[in-house]
Amino acid sequence: MSIRDHFSTVWLRFTRHIDGPLMAITLLLLAVGAVVLFSAVLPDTGRFVQQMKSIGVALVVMWIVANIPPHRLAQIALPLYLVGVLLLVAVAFFGVTVNNSQRWLAIGGFRFQPSELLKLAVPLLLAWYFQKVEARINFGNFLIAMLLIALPAWLIKRQPDLGTALLVAASGFYVLYLARLSWKTIFLMVATAVPLIWLLAHDYQKQRVLAFLNPAADPLRSGYHTLQSQIAIGSGGLTGKGWMQGTQAHLDFLPERHTDFIFAVYSEEFGLVGNIVLLMLYTALLLRALMIASHASSLFGRLLAGAITLMLFTYVTVNMGMVSGILPVVGVPLPFISYGGTAMLSLFICIGILMSIQTHRKLVST
Amino acid sequence: MRRHRFRRWLSLHRRHEIRDPIRELFLFRKRLWLTGLAMLLIFGVLLGRVFYLQVIAHQQYQTQAENNRIAIVPVGPSRGTISDRNGTTLAQSFSAYTLELTPSRIDRLETTLAQLGKLIEITPRDLRRFRRAMDESRNFDSLPLRTKLSDEEVARFAVYKYRFPGVDIRARLYRQYPLGETASHVLGHIGRINDRDIEQLTRSGSLLNYKGTDHIGKTGVELSYEETLHGIVGFDEVEVDALGRAVRSLTRVPPIPGDHLQLTIDLRLQQLAEQALGESKGAVVAMDPNNGEILAMASTPGYDPNLFVEGIDVANWDRLNTSPDKPLLNRALRGAYPPGSTVKPFLALGALVSGKRTPEQAISDPGYFDLPTGAGRAHRFRDQKTDGHGRVDMHKSIVVSCDTYYYVLASETDIDDTARFMSQFGFGQKTGIDLEGEAIGVLPSRAWKRERFSGSRYREEHRRWYLGDSVSAGIGQGYSNATPLQLAYATATLANDGVSYRPHLVKRIIDGTTGQTKEVLPEETRRLDLKPAHLAAIKKAMVDVNREGTAARIFKDAPYTSAGKTGTAQVFSLRGERYIEEQVKHHLRDHAWFIAYAPAEKPVIAVAIIVENGGFGARAAGPIARALFDYYLTGAQTATIPKPDGDSEGWEE
Repeated sequence: MSIRDHFSTVWLRFTRHIDGPLMAITLLLLAVGAVVLFSAVLPDTGRFVQQMKSIGVALVVMWIVANIPPHRLAQIALPLYLVGVLLLVAVAFFGVTVNNSQRWLAIGGFRFQPSELLKLAVPLLLAWYFQKVEARINFGNFLIAMLLIALPAWLIKRQPDLGTALLVAASGFYVLYLARLSWKTIFLMVATAVPLIWLLAHDYQKQRVLAFLNPAADPLRSGYHTLQSQIAIGSGGLTGKGWMQGTQAHLDFLPERHTDFIFAVYSEEFGLVGNIVLLMLYTALLLRALMIASHASSLFGRLLAGAITLMLFTYVTVNMGMVSGILPVVGVPLPFISYGGTAMLSLFICIGILMSIQTHRKLVST
Repeated sequence: MRRHRFRRWLSLHRRHEIRDPIRELFLFRKRLWLTGLAMLLIFGVLLGRVFYLQVIAHQQYQTQAENNRIAIVPVGPSRGTISDRNGTTLAQSFSAYTLELTPSRIDRLETTLAQLGKLIEITPRDLRRFRRAMDESRNFDSLPLRTKLSDEEVARFAVYKYRFPGVDIRARLYRQYPLGETASHVLGHIGRINDRDIEQLTRSGSLLNYKGTDHIGKTGVELSYEETLHGIVGFDEVEVDALGRAVRSLTRVPPIPGDHLQLTIDLRLQQLAEQALGESKGAVVAMDPNNGEILAMASTPGYDPNLFVEGIDVANWDRLNTSPDKPLLNRALRGAYPPGSTVKPFLALGALVSGKRTPEQAISDPGYFDLPTGAGRAHRFRDQKTDGHGRVDMHKSIVVSCDTYYYVLASETDIDDTARFMSQFGFGQKTGIDLEGEAIGVLPSRAWKRERFSGSRYREEHRRWYLGDSVSAGIGQGYSNATPLQLAYATATLANDGVSYRPHLVKRIIDGTTGQTKEVLPEETRRLDLKPAHLAAIKKAMVDVNREGTAARIFKDAPYTSAGKTGTAQVFSLRGERYIEEQVKHHLRDHAWFIAYAPAEKPVIAVAIIVENGGFGARAAGPIARALFDYYLTGAQTATIPKPDGDSEGWEE
């Protein structure tokens, strides 16, 4: 065996569980993200370096996850869920309070938000559960599934963090939906959920929704963020103001410009053309993920990949909808673009799981 | 059973179904790709939204972004300086750093003030002034807390600036009056623009021009030449961030600085007049009879106009405003006093012109004049000299200031004729000086009295003119009132043989940009038709007042000939009793008047001087005229102003 052959064998083994198309799309999204983030963090380029480090770590984790076969992932579903719920309980007792909400656990100087973990643990557990019951949705299974979703969602809601609670609930619900919950039940659930959410919402959250419905009525208070981000997007025009040239972004009119509102920075500087490119990349990502879900060899794989796809879609839609002013303000980052290590890590775990489901299928079928 | 039906309705009833994996997979994929389609549709909505914002509504958002980004910052012009006729600066503008607070951007004002106090010295006076300014302004204005910061203080604050949002250091223009109280009433002062000024500016349509200006002329020349001194506002178009901080300047339309004023005031003469008045209350007006230039206009006590520039504090305001000495009052312009004997030369001239008297015609003065009041009774008007001046002709009546002569003259002259003649010398009307707020005094006449007592609480008997009123007016008492400026104007008119010029304080206007000067030309207001013989008779008598008459001692050994007239304005009526100065309280003592001009042959200076409660005119007011003339005509400074002896002997009128 020549050295070259040897090298190519190592390379093949190394990339055996990496899905080429998904990797390519993800890297393109990361490239777009790096470009816009550099502009958005200015003048603090240290944050840019920090984000690059986070991406590096996340890529390694993705590789590790991609190499774990789906049945092993199914095995850790229940323990992961239980640990997650326990951590949530711990948060309720020993959590660190920031801005009047108790969301963090401090472990050795490192702050950790267990609710992030549940975004992944809940769909994992439900996919495992419905694999176990062979997707038979009878009354008992339905009730159990609802309980499994409601428990962490309730714990997160009382932190209070209604946004994350809703996202966790949604991730579980997506599995139920893909397990072919009847349309009537879905309709009934949605019909009860909407008034329930309004009831649970805090005043400031209701305010945000009201501000969203009429942002111009109160331009300096609750509606300020979306109004400024819409000005940023709108003033970007067809081709944008150019990289690092956004006045809304660089003169501090945009709030949270490197995190939740980074889409406004991107839109302002790259215009409609940039937005079409970005939406095309996300569409490609989602289509590839749907394909993986569609071809998955196990029910667990199908449900999990489908739920992950829907979660990615949810993040993109909620964020863009919020920044462009057609959805109320909810703190959801834009996948692969927004600054933040934890979010980047969970995203790449998701990508890793998708890759694992895709690549281990081939091995099984051959 | 009901529960079962509910389950069936929810399609949750497939427990015992036999499942077909192929069909299951098909149904899953169907739902999955249906979901995919829904996702694409929703992305389509997002794209539509972005398309709307970036293409359809682009123009509107573009405008909003520009409005966010660009602020038009007005830049106030620098105010013109004011100097005396020889170029000595009396008022100037300079730029200095201020610590400014914008209350609307500060959450906890008290905490911020306390913390700033640790960093930069803030006196209780600064705080008081700041709070007053806060009460007077809208709270989004930036208000000065500490003015004139040192470089070191600026540097110290810059280090901690991030801790103080809403607190900024700005370069501001200040007004300074380097000579303090000197000529304070002429200069006046500027002050912060208040609501009334804004109203006024709005009405005159010049509010825009004051966008970058904090101060406006409030009194004196600063007020009356406001438009000239102010200049034209400029604009900076700057890029600002979300906190309103200027990031960079885009375009700039520079302000056009205000014009400089060179006054007609001779600073040395002005200072001499103020020093001569000293602690007394009083006023001096000196003018050039040949062109109306005001050479000195003093009013004591004065005040320091610097106190007003940044808003006067309560303690100083109370002190100035409630003082019985009224330091804020410009006595030269607004103080109306009975002119007393100073009107005698004018009345004598009137008698010559009307033919009522010839110079030689004489009366015998017993020391009083009895005005018959009917039924054999009479009201007795006393002369200052109780045993009378004996035989008195017109010349002597002026030189010794004989009251009886004028009592008789007044009793024989119609008051309206007198008023008509006197009005030619500016009595009872504005002189038209370039200062606001000039008082017109009182030139008594029948019409005036009727108007004055027209109120419903007066009856016909109050409105009627009595011969006794004429007799009082005959020696400048009774209803008569004149300002020092009016008397100076009348004296100048007489000195200049009946040709008068509008009194003015500004000699030239110097363009703030080009430095080009524009002379203020003398403006002839009157040319009286007077016979030289008549003028000569009066002027000779006035020269003799200073040579051998009531002011002889004062002008002893003067190297020039001067002409003058003393006067005494009664503050307090003694109802026929003899006035003994020492027995009357100081503030009820008579006011001392003196009018004069020199050189008598070709006058170049005319003065009117009043010293409140100064007693006999010659004693308190005369020496001031001597000092002014000595300086102005010979350049010599009178080392000691000749002070006459304490007793009134030889000084009486």
